Amino acid sequence: MTVEVDADQAFRASIRRIADDVARAHADGVDREARFPTEAVGALREARALSALVPEEFGGGGVSLEAVARACHDLGRACAATGMIFAMHQIQVATIVRHLDGSPWFQDYLGELCRDQRLIASVTSEVGTGGDMSRSIAAVTPAGDGELTLEKNAPTVSYGAHSDDLLTTVRRAPEAEASDQVMVLHRASQTELEPAGTWDTIGMRGTCSPGFLVRARFSADQVLAAPFSKMMNESIVPLSHILWSHVWLGVATDAFERGRSFVRASARRTPGAPVPAAHALSRVMAELSMFRSDVASALADFRAWSDAPDREPLSTMVSVLRFNNLKLAASEHAPRICSGVLEVVGIMAYKNDSPYGVGRHMRDALSARLMVANERIHAIDASLLMIAKEV
Amino acid sequence: MTDPIRDDIRRVLAEHARLPADVQSIPDAADLFAAGMTSHASVNVMLALEDTFDVEFPDAMLKRSVFESVDSIAVALQQIKVSPE
Repeated sequence: MTVEVDADQAFRASIRRIADDVARAHADGVDREARFPTEAVGALREARALSALVPEEFGGGGVSLEAVARACHDLGRACAATGMIFAMHQIQVATIVRHLDGSPWFQDYLGELCRDQRLIASVTSEVGTGGDMSRSIAAVTPAGDGELTLEKNAPTVSYGAHSDDLLTTVRRAPEAEASDQVMVLHRASQTELEPAGTWDTIGMRGTCSPGFLVRARFSADQVLAAPFSKMMNESIVPLSHILWSHVWLGVATDAFERGRSFVRASARRTPGAPVPAAHALSRVMAELSMFRSDVASALADFRAWSDAPDREPLSTMVSVLRFNNLKLAASEHAPRICSGVLEVVGIMAYKNDSPYGVGRHMRDALSARLMVANERIHAIDASLLMIAKEV
Repeated sequence: MTDPIRDDIRRVLAEHARLPADVQSIPDAADLFAAGMTSHASVNVMLALEDTFDVEFPDAMLKRSVFESVDSIAVALQQIKVSPE
């Protein structure tokens, strides 16, 4: 117990240092040039943070999900792109750790991940599925020599060109139905990424997420045996919404802190005088507090449901609604908090070269609306609320 | 082979599961999701089952494993009938 707490504390201290000293220092440049945050990810590798969630028996950090979630927040506060890349990688790691089912290949792989601090990208979305992760067009296809291949047209692959390995969703076999999916872990060296588009976006520019035609050749061992639907319900969907929300909470928190610095500076100039901006900022703070509570309670629910026998509650529709609603709430709160700060601070927040600027935050926060489009989530929730009894 | 519950379940599936194959050709134990039932279609199946059998599935039963085959649906319906909430 104490050991776990110690591991968490040391991990969080090193993350905070990386966030403050490295990620923050490069955040504006990463955003402006839409470039991969090489310095911050390099520092995370050096701190062995990419294997934080891997159990110690495989050589990982044995850090708790709670500490990793806080790390996503701390990094997102300094540089949203770094936070999001870190969050996505951890979702991939957690999926493997939670669903490897004793596979020797994946156990060896985890050891390698820890040793080499390998960065895993995911290839889930696909052109032609309308954003529906539960269906695939691409399929695992026998190459004829015992090996397997896949070819997938992906509209976005975050940091795909910067990853060491890719975790890709595909149909189990050429003749399998669209919903009969598996996940394949293929190394960058087994993969050909043919660029299909650019990544000149409003925000989250440093995640470098253009489309690719992904071709890979791999062995049968590299297919996770667990059914994709199980991994999706028990891990991928809830963890995505939880860890992404921690990043967006970090972005909103940094915007709020900029507003607070501005208000305090004004108050110090004229002590005793009323500070109308502080009243306005108080409203922003109330929303930030609500946002923080929602994120924290979702993480607590996930922990409780994950610890239940067979992770049973995570396979229910109530669970789908729970974490979908977190994502929807985050996508409303984060941009509204940023624009609230903009209104409180005024022109000094509108300027990109001001210490109170929140332009980058506003643009990054808008990603919350699209990372699984809100409309798509509402469409799922609309059908589930008709049948779920308690939401 | 005459099992009224399973016959009714198949009628609901034929109408709402939108399977590419004929429902009658799918074995009782076969995985309906692997046979092409989408999660969206499964919600309609659940609603139609509640209507057909005049029951309400409790939240704990609203999960994939309960609706993945004709057999698992029949078991769930029997459980609800035996111990209604």
